[in-house]
Amino acid sequence: MTAIDTPARRGPGPAARLAARAGSGAVRVGLLLTAVFWLVPTVGLLISSLRGPADISTTGWWRVFTDPAQLTLHNYADLMGNSTITHALLNSVLITVPATVLVIVIGAMAGYAFAWLEFPGRDWLFLLLIALLVVPIQVALIPVTKLYATFGIFGSLVGVILFHTAFGLPFAIFLLRNFFAEIPRELLEAGRLDGAGELRLFARVVVPLGGPAIASLAIFQFLWVWNDMLVALIFANSGSAPLTVALQQQTRQFGDNIDVLSSGAFLSMVIPLAVFFAFQRQFVSGITAGAVK
Amino acid sequence: MATVTFDKATRRYPGAERAAVDKLEIEIADGEFLVLVGPSGCGKSTSLRMLAGLEDVNDGAIRIGDRDVTHLPPKDRDIAMVFQNYALYPHMTVADNMGFALKIAGVNKAEIRTRVEEAAKILDLTEYLGRKPKALSGGQRQRVAMGRAIVREPQVFLMDEPLSNLDAKLRVQTRTQIAGLQRRLGTTTVYVTHDQVEAMTMGDRVAVLKDGLLQQVDSPRNMYDRPANLFVAGFIGSPAMNLVEVPITDGGVTFGNSIVPVSREALTAAAEGGDRTVTVGVRPEHFDIAGCEAASLAKDEPAGVAVTVNVVEELGADGYVYGTAEIGGTPTDIVVRVGGRHVPMKGEVLHVVPRAGEIHVFSTSTGERLSD
Repeated sequence: MTAIDTPARRGPGPAARLAARAGSGAVRVGLLLTAVFWLVPTVGLLISSLRGPADISTTGWWRVFTDPAQLTLHNYADLMGNSTITHALLNSVLITVPATVLVIVIGAMAGYAFAWLEFPGRDWLFLLLIALLVVPIQVALIPVTKLYATFGIFGSLVGVILFHTAFGLPFAIFLLRNFFAEIPRELLEAGRLDGAGELRLFARVVVPLGGPAIASLAIFQFLWVWNDMLVALIFANSGSAPLTVALQQQTRQFGDNIDVLSSGAFLSMVIPLAVFFAFQRQFVSGITAGAVK
Repeated sequence: MATVTFDKATRRYPGAERAAVDKLEIEIADGEFLVLVGPSGCGKSTSLRMLAGLEDVNDGAIRIGDRDVTHLPPKDRDIAMVFQNYALYPHMTVADNMGFALKIAGVNKAEIRTRVEEAAKILDLTEYLGRKPKALSGGQRQRVAMGRAIVREPQVFLMDEPLSNLDAKLRVQTRTQIAGLQRRLGTTTVYVTHDQVEAMTMGDRVAVLKDGLLQQVDSPRNMYDRPANLFVAGFIGSPAMNLVEVPITDGGVTFGNSIVPVSREALTAAAEGGDRTVTVGVRPEHFDIAGCEAASLAKDEPAGVAVTVNVVEELGADGYVYGTAEIGGTPTDIVVRVGGRHVPMKGEVLHVVPRAGEIHVFSTSTGERLSD
């Protein structure tokens, strides 16, 4: 009891006082400065991507503030004309979209099964699945390479997609199972009494209710796959390489294609951002959904 | 419309020592409103869920009409259920909630609309059809849950404590509405509650359960007038029946300074069981305040037992006196109903005698009813 009483008598704790002051000017300015500081590299990249190669190699990007005339969209025109990059961009989409969709579809179904269907060994299987979360992908690179060679999908888009899907699934199932398990039992029972079979119950009740969790998962998985280079570097060949790999290959031993690199790098950052903002509302509620609800 | 039969239906949870529902046998007539009542953990909800198909039946059978549904999945039983927490689909509008079952059944859209609107009119929900459940009050949600059951026109309604999340006033109102609605629709209904007032006011018949065992099934009137055992006697009625252990004497039982006549059969039955005492049950309204003119065993003392008043509840029309009496050497709590105009003061001593012919006699050892 005393442990509870004492701080109450002493008034709000340091954290509470700090939170109370968060509305005041000083803290706001501090936060603003932090945010600006955080954004500097991104802004630098954006500005670099809008300057010509000669300007980039001679002066810093901040020169643009004194000499805005040097800004040009030339780099982006070059980028779009570079068939290696455009092809790689297409590959990135062709890898990321299926690897995200597959993980969500399979993960949601498996999550539902682990949460609500009775079958022997269910909990042990789920435990095994969680154990898979700790397997680092590096461990699997060589065995999977051999496996892919056997099936003849080494170097193909399919191989990269399958690898991402397989390594995304344990977390997806873990996240969605726990979210679905929070759905009140009566809701599913009401659905069963209303005549719904398992598949319809899944599609019409469980998935709509699991929307926030599914949106969060979609963003995470999309980002992981989109930003991945290791897996693509190993399992993709030049025809199936995504943007990350293609950009890396633009760096040369003596100098690099800085014009393509800066605009390409910025492009590869902007696309996941667009995805994030598209799902943002659900994403935020998805993070808190499990805690309070 | 259909009858419902529990035929020695038993549910045993894995690892549990005794069955949650033990050989339940009830026949529910077509169109009947049966209330399952009992304290928490008595198996009433489990019984309902067995009928719904949400709980396995380990032994025995359950039939709806002539159909054995013991092992059918819920969706093939043609029943609708109202849950305690309503279990409305939060992402669907009221209309979609109510029409969900019909949609699954493949009923065409126009007909779904007609039926949903009809049910909404009955339940006064017409203006809320486009809302989501979270934008409704508790009472409205409860009505949507009812509506979801009604539009299906099922053979049996199952209701699992549907009123327990409402406030007291709304609960009484809705109680009457549900009972009225059921009479109007004539659908066989099984209703679970822990509230004996709900059970007595709503049911055509009431089934009392305790520890998974059926204690008695009867009409509310009979349940009140002739409880089958000590448990039912104590459970049904509010305030509860006074249950007092008293010694047997010739031709009756000794109740303080009075001898209360008890039928010879009851006394013989008690004696055969080896008992020297019986437990007498007297409802609060069946005590008479004894004057000095009544025959007393002790000289200079009034008849019956002396009750020292602890608390008086005045309800207007009448009052309940909660007091303590010394019976057989042990202090016993006694509740007596008195007229609303003449209530005793706290600390006063009342002498009360049970009205002849209105007492219930139970065996002390088995708890079974001995008198008729």
